[in-house]
Formats: sequence, structure tokens, C-alpha cells
Amino acid sequence: MIDITNIHKTYITGTNKLHVLKGIDLKVEAGEMISVMGASGSGKSTLLNILGILDNHDHGEYLLSGIKIEHLNERKAAQLRNKYLGFVFQSFNLVSFKNAAENVALPLYYQNIKRKKRNLIAMEYLDRMGLKEWAHHLPNELSGGQKQRVAIARALIAKPKVILADEPTGALDSVTSQEVMDILTDINRNENITMLIVTHELDIAKRTQKTIRITDGMITEIIKN
Amino acid sequence: MTIHESRFTNHEYMFSIDRWQEIYLTIRKNKLRTFLTGFAVAWGIFMLIILLGSGNGLENGVKEQFKGGAMNGIWISSGVTSVQYKGLKTGREIKFTDQDYKLIKNSIKGYDHISARLFLGSVLVSNKNEYGSFFVSPSHPDYGYIKEIQILQGRFLNQIDIRECRKVAAIGEKVKTELFKGRDTVALEKYINIKGVPFKVIGIFRDFGRDDNEQKRIYIPITTAQKVFYTSNVINQISFTTGNASPEEADVMLKKAKMTLSRSHTFSPDDPRAIDIMNKSEDVRRFNALFAGIRMFIWIIGIGTIIAGIVGVSNIMMISVKERTKEIGIRKTLGATPASIIGLVMQEAILITGFAGYIGLVLGVGLLELISKNMPPSDFFRNPEANFTIAIGATILLIIAGAFAGFFPAMKAAAIRPIEALREE
Repeated sequence: MIDITNIHKTYITGTNKLHVLKGIDLKVEAGEMISVMGASGSGKSTLLNILGILDNHDHGEYLLSGIKIEHLNERKAAQLRNKYLGFVFQSFNLVSFKNAAENVALPLYYQNIKRKKRNLIAMEYLDRMGLKEWAHHLPNELSGGQKQRVAIARALIAKPKVILADEPTGALDSVTSQEVMDILTDINRNENITMLIVTHELDIAKRTQKTIRITDGMITEIIKN
Repeated sequence: MTIHESRFTNHEYMFSIDRWQEIYLTIRKNKLRTFLTGFAVAWGIFMLIILLGSGNGLENGVKEQFKGGAMNGIWISSGVTSVQYKGLKTGREIKFTDQDYKLIKNSIKGYDHISARLFLGSVLVSNKNEYGSFFVSPSHPDYGYIKEIQILQGRFLNQIDIRECRKVAAIGEKVKTELFKGRDTVALEKYINIKGVPFKVIGIFRDFGRDDNEQKRIYIPITTAQKVFYTSNVINQISFTTGNASPEEADVMLKKAKMTLSRSHTFSPDDPRAIDIMNKSEDVRRFNALFAGIRMFIWIIGIGTIIAGIVGVSNIMMISVKERTKEIGIRKTLGATPASIIGLVMQEAILITGFAGYIGLVLGVGLLELISKNMPPSDFFRNPEANFTIAIGATILLIIAGAFAGFFPAMKAAAIRPIEALREE
């Protein structure tokens, strides 16, 4: 599903060059659930951004579901993100003035699905997250766990092939964290969606099939859990 | 690759209903921001409309004073010399005669109506037991055109009246109402008594001049007046209209007339008092130039006000884009293309500017209507109006303004990098 070979990324700020990724090779099979661990500054977020087509790599090859990701304009990148990828973030990243249902429906708006239909689908996904009664609440009326479940519903609604989660439990207490992980594991198992979770919590990483450790821009360890 | 390759997808289309709904939702959820954005524009358009309407009012007021006489008319009256010329003293009275009328008629080219006139002044006129003092103005038939009077009943003077020195009179509306009262309301074909001489009423006219004297005027054939009241061929004024002549050609005609008179009466062509010239086209031209200036001034101020409004909208949209960095980042992550983001911001700007501007337009036009209805017209201000063209112009201006206001913020929004946007807390 994800196949990257020798990925390099350098950030240039003024006269400073920061070589963040120094040749990453990674294969993630369809339906796999893996975690990426590493100290802050190790390059794990950069890797996630490149995998999420939110940033470009300098060298190397990236194949997403067989599509070569290279020199894409923003329009193509946006369409690929919409079709293949779902995102879950530490800070939820819900649109604050849209209610839960509208937030969940947003990816379908960019697929040109009619409002009525996409709201219907959004309700379905919210129901699966047990948030049907909260559909018309704004994000600031929801708890952290609820917000993250809304975000997961939003990531799922476009039926992506891969879900990229950046510290999905970083802002949650341990009980809620486990609940969120339960949901993600269920989705991975039942819908065969490939999942890549960046985390720095060992007990979260332990719940994935494979943990990749990144140190200083390189993969230093792959642990089977 | 299964991504569809169409040039634009639905959410990138400007007229997609879904897109408008999306914008409507955004606006509804950000009422204060929207109000502040719109207010500046509404004010700008309101001011422009009020200014333009007032300018029109001023123009209408002044134009009203030009009424009652052809806009291309030139009136030459005899006067008294004030410059020594060819050994002749100053203070000499110039007396025009029929000869001058004929000379001018033959020398100038391009006039369309020409008439001589006598000044009888205010004269006692009676119809049986009704008396009144009216201005009797002996003239040629063409004077009806030069003065642009409107015949209400009967006819004006004609060439046969002139040739046969008929004792006929065309009377003003007010003359008719003052002399024909009670049961005796039919004036046509009746005889009125001018300085003891009976004249048959052949027509009743309306004069659009604002001076009361112009309404209380009686026109009689100039030849009749010369015979009955003067027993000479003297005249006091020669007037003509310049037809389709350009201002320059009209000047040439006037100069020619002046030279002709100067030669036949031996006065200096530069003497300002020997003859008195009233050149309406010159006055009209001067006022047109003045109002062109005023109008330009108004547009400059009005557009300035609107530009201030646009800058305001642009500024607030900039802040709004900054505020919405995260939202835009989220949208991009979820699949919004740059075109879609640009459209979102620009359409919001156009919608707000258009809507607010329309409110300003309606309020401005409404206020003008109110003033126009409730304020009595004066010499210098009447009927302020903003016409259809101005409204259409303002609308087009608004849409362009909105697009301008939205352009830079939209570009900024499109340039937002999702990674950085999402990192912000």
C-alpha cells in the first residue's frame, strides 16, 4: 500500500540546511497497522507529512497504492489526499464553526456529493462512533474523546485506503486513549484500512502490529509487537 | 491512475449551489466580521449615490434657468457706443432697422431661424372691461422657434401676417386668464385692444421661461407694430438660432453678424456696449463645462470612498484568512484544491461587497427620493436623482470591487501550507 525507498528531505531556512530525513525505506502492506516512534525532531512528523502528500520529498520514490507521488501540483495532491488518505491529528483539527455532522461531511463536499446525501452519510458514521446525539453540537461543546471520534469519523467517511494518525491520543487521558485505540484497531480489522500511527507512547505503539523507530532521520529499529 | 482529470470539479465552480451554501454558512457563523466588512462598502456606495444625486440636483436646478429659449439662440440688441471710432464720439445710440435684419439674414450662413423684435415694453391691454399690463413683443414668425414656445390653441404668427401687416396677436396663457374671465373664456378669434388698436387673438401659447414677464407676453407681427405704433422701420433686437452648428461655427456666425452691424452703423467691433449680445449656447457650454468638472469631482470623491471601503474589506478578509488559516489547512488536508479555496474567499468578498453595496445603493436612492419629494425645488437645486445608468454602473463597480477586495486575501489563503496551518494551536 505504501512503498517508499530512499526518501530524503532537507529543510532550508535562510542559510541553514536541516537534513531531516536521510534515506527512509518503508513498506506497509494493505491492512497493516503500524506505529512510528521517535524523539521529537527525529523526523517522524516530516515522514508523516510526506506520506500524507502534505509535503514533498527531495529524493527517493514514494508509491501510494501503486501511484507514483512525484512533482504533483497542489490540485492533484488535494485530490489524492481526498481519495486515498484519512487524517487524524493530536489537536483534532475540527472546523470550529461547523457542527460535528458538518465536520464529518466535509471530505464529501470536496467529492461533489450533494449536501443532503453527505449529511446522511455523516450521520451514519457518527452513529458508528456513538455520537449520533452529538451531531449538531459544535466542537467546543464536545469532550476530547468525542472530538477525536468526530475526527476519526471524518477520516473514514471518504473510505480512504490509508489512515495517517499523528499522535491521535496525545491530548487524551489514558482511558480515552485506549478507547480511541480500540476504535482504530476495529477499523483496521473490520475494514482492512491500512493504518500508520505516529506516537511517543509505548503502550499505544504496543497495540499496533509493528513499531518503527526513527532516530535522527533514519529507521533504526523495526519491532514486531 | 483513477483520479478524474476534468478541468474543474464541482466545488470549484463559481455557481455551484453547494459552494454558495458553504459561503452562507461561513457568513452566518461570523456575523460581526461580515457586518464590519460590509459596512464600509455600504457607506461608500451610499455616499457615491448621494453625491451623484446632489450633483444632478444642482445641475437640474441650473438647467431649469436655461429654459424658455433655444439652447443655440443668439440675441443681439442695440445699445449705446462706449468707444470712439472713426472720429465718432462715444455715447451714440445705435438704432437697428429692417435693413440690419436683412443684412444679417444674408451675411450669416447656417442659422435655422431668425427674427427681429421691437421692444414696446409694458403696455395696457384690454378686453371689454378687463384690463391688464402686458409685454407686447412685435416679432417675426421665427421667434416662436427661437423662444421655443408651445402653442396651446390656434397658431403663432405667420408670413402672411407679416406681409399684410395684419392686426393679429398670439397671447400667453396668463394673458388669456387675466383678460378672459367669467363667462367670456373663449379668447380665440376675439379682439383685444392694444394701445387703443384692436388685434384679433389667433393663438394662445405657453412659454417655459421662468420669468413671469415671459408668461405675460403678447406677440404681434413686427411689420404691423412698425406701421401702427412707430411709423418707421426701426427694430430693437435681432435674434437667431445656430442650427446644428458647432460652438466654433456659432462663434463664426456671431462674429459675422457683429462685423456686419459694426460696418453698417460705424462702431468699433470691440465696443462692448454698442450692441448687447446674449449667447445662450456660450452660457450652456460654460455651465456644461462647470458641471462636467463637478461630476468628475464627485466621481473622484465617490470612488475614493469606495476604494477606502474596498481596502477595508480586503483588510478584514486578510485578517479573516489569517484567522481561518487552520480551517483552510484542514480543508486542504481533506481535499480542497487551491482553486476551490480561492473561490471560497473571493466569492465571500464579492457576496459581502455586493450585498452591502446594494443596501447602500437602496438607502442612497431612497434618501434622494425622499429629498426630491419633500424639498421644494429652488433656483439652484431641484429633483436630485440617481438614474438607472448610475445604479448599473455602481453595481458593476461593486462586483469588480468585491473581486479586487477578495483577490489578495484569496491568494494568501491558497498559499497556506496545510502542515504549518495544522501545527498552529
